[in-house]
Amino acid sequence: MSIAPSTAEPAVDSIPERPRTLAEKVWDAHVVAKGENGEPDLVYIDLHLVHEVTSPQAFDGLRQAGRPVRRPDLTIATEDHNTPTLAIDRPIADLTSRTQIETLRRNAEEFGIRLHSLGDVEQGIVHVVGPQLGLTMPGITVVCGDSHTSTHGAFGAMAFGIGTSEVEHVMATQTLPLKPFKTMAITVEGELRPGVTAKDIILAVIAKIGTGGGQGYVLEYRGSAIRSLSMEGRMTICNMSIEAGARAGMVAPDETTYRYLEGRPHAPQGADWDAAVEYWQTLGTDEGAVFDAEVFLDADELEPFVTWGTNPGQGVSLSDVVPGPDAYADPNDRAAAERALEYMDLEAGTPMKDIRVDAVFMGSCTNSRIEDLRAFASIIRGRKKADHVRVMVVPGSARVRIEAEAEGIDKIVEEFGAEWRFAGCSMCLGMNPDQLAPGERCASTSNRNFEGRQGKGGRTHLVSPLVAAATAIRGTLSSPWDLENAGEETR
Amino acid sequence: MDKITTIQGIAVPFRRSNVDTDQIIPAQFLKRVTKTGFDDALFYSWRQDPDFILNQPVYQGAKVLITGPDFGTGSSREHAVWALRDFGFQAVISPRFADIFRGNSGKQGLLTGTVEEPVVERLWAELEAQPGREATVDLVAKTVTVGDLQVPFDIDDYTRWRLLEGLDDIGLTLRDEARITEFETTRESWRPRTLPVR
Ligand code: SF4
Repeated sequence: MSIAPSTAEPAVDSIPERPRTLAEKVWDAHVVAKGENGEPDLVYIDLHLVHEVTSPQAFDGLRQAGRPVRRPDLTIATEDHNTPTLAIDRPIADLTSRTQIETLRRNAEEFGIRLHSLGDVEQGIVHVVGPQLGLTMPGITVVCGDSHTSTHGAFGAMAFGIGTSEVEHVMATQTLPLKPFKTMAITVEGELRPGVTAKDIILAVIAKIGTGGGQGYVLEYRGSAIRSLSMEGRMTICNMSIEAGARAGMVAPDETTYRYLEGRPHAPQGADWDAAVEYWQTLGTDEGAVFDAEVFLDADELEPFVTWGTNPGQGVSLSDVVPGPDAYADPNDRAAAERALEYMDLEAGTPMKDIRVDAVFMGSCTNSRIEDLRAFASIIRGRKKADHVRVMVVPGSARVRIEAEAEGIDKIVEEFGAEWRFAGCSMCLGMNPDQLAPGERCASTSNRNFEGRQGKGGRTHLVSPLVAAATAIRGTLSSPWDLENAGEETR
Repeated sequence: MDKITTIQGIAVPFRRSNVDTDQIIPAQFLKRVTKTGFDDALFYSWRQDPDFILNQPVYQGAKVLITGPDFGTGSSREHAVWALRDFGFQAVISPRFADIFRGNSGKQGLLTGTVEEPVVERLWAELEAQPGREATVDLVAKTVTVGDLQVPFDIDDYTRWRLLEGLDDIGLTLRDEARITEFETTRESWRPRTLPVR
């Protein structure tokens, strides 16, 4: 089938077919008007995801200007950042949270937007909801007023976060003026050892290229290690592209993608499905296409990875020690490391595995899908958590919660001594009551370990669900490797 | 957004430099869910002082703010522009603006004109000699006039054109609406739709 971008002007004749990357193909297919003289292109948006924090002023702007939402049928809203994960049938105590949520409800009603409210089976973290409904698919453009929109790139979509004025812009026009991004290939070859996961890959990538390494780029993850990942794993990786400074991350669609999508409520059906798959198969980066930058990583050598500092780039293998500031040549990095060590209350040279935690958070749009919960449950099954550790398990959506309960994961979690909560962003950013106390240390499956992110004075170590589980058992940062040769509790 | 050609109104000689967006509107007001109604939040801390210039009756209803260099530095919050606009300001004249603030202003219909520092001094002197005087900011001629004093100001051509035409970002894009509609007719039926609910 034809996939020619429908720019209003006829294409300049006889430009030879140039090999293109995945990102370029998706971009080209969405250009409504090509920018001239360095002006941005006007890019069409296929899917607009909305939540309560970044939408109120956008709706208010529309109201003031007397503008409608152009395409309510390409827009969907959910409540996630502020929602409580306990007693969800009671009024929300915090006034700001309640106002934001009530405002979203009123706005959705007024502008005719589909909203999944607290208590609804499709409610949950916006980046879990889109894929689970089958709305996120290859070859589309997705935006949301949230930086982790990059998650949806796992399907071969071009997906990125936008600011509140851009939210208003998309609502009013279903387009955005954008300058093309540069492209970076991140090739991960080899086979992951058991116990090593997508989360470890992306933490290692960020440690390698730095939190600014991806700035201005769309990252395309490729190579055998990426191909062998499930959709959940690919979402974990694309999710954290933003932590490398990139606007978006992408993985070319393949059989894994189609299998995940087929039969989901909003996935194409019948002839549409066939036409879609035929097109999706053309999306992969062409042989000979040129990336603006390339990075390689060996999957065979990877170990479980964990952060020690206060940005996602400050990470090491779990078998390693806390690095000293001297490990950094760049004076800014050195100063940052010094500050981070002080905030994290860590001493250089301490084995990572000796670090004792107070809490474990299993959740967030990075790692709260059903497969993540299964992975976590597989380690804790039949065991008890360490006494001094508080463990919170927060499914990414109400549907994930229901699926998990059907598999008995809630029981495993409760018997382990952990808390089984309702869906939402929760302790990923602590906008609701789920927060760390000052000084508390947490192993968290989320994506940001910034100072105070999980609660004022809280200390965060980013980990995979498997490391989170093993850490909850031993009470110190641990991987499943530490459990196998050891007894249940001790070494 | 309304088209702007001239702004005429009371001008405030605002003898401050390096006014950052935290001073223009403190973070506590960012929790609100509207884009308007920030007039009470403008310069919130400073306005706690009864002697603060904007608390003086003679400056009520002012439309023009004439301020020192580096206005609007710091956090990129668009609320700073909303607060100035909601208070009634339609133009800010300064020797230098922070880039993001100036960008946000242009998009929201707040005119930001630059003049040399000595010129600001002359405008201040003129205004302070007779508090509550009006200034005329002429966007077509690019001049500020207070009494007999008339000085030119700078503004980039693109922003000036947008203000003269009254175009916000959305208005600009909607000039291409026919092409958007045209594009939509070619959108394949497999692409996602959130409605009807399945
Ligand atoms: S889970 Fe965390 S990172 Fe993801 S959308 Fe919610 S707050 Fe943002």
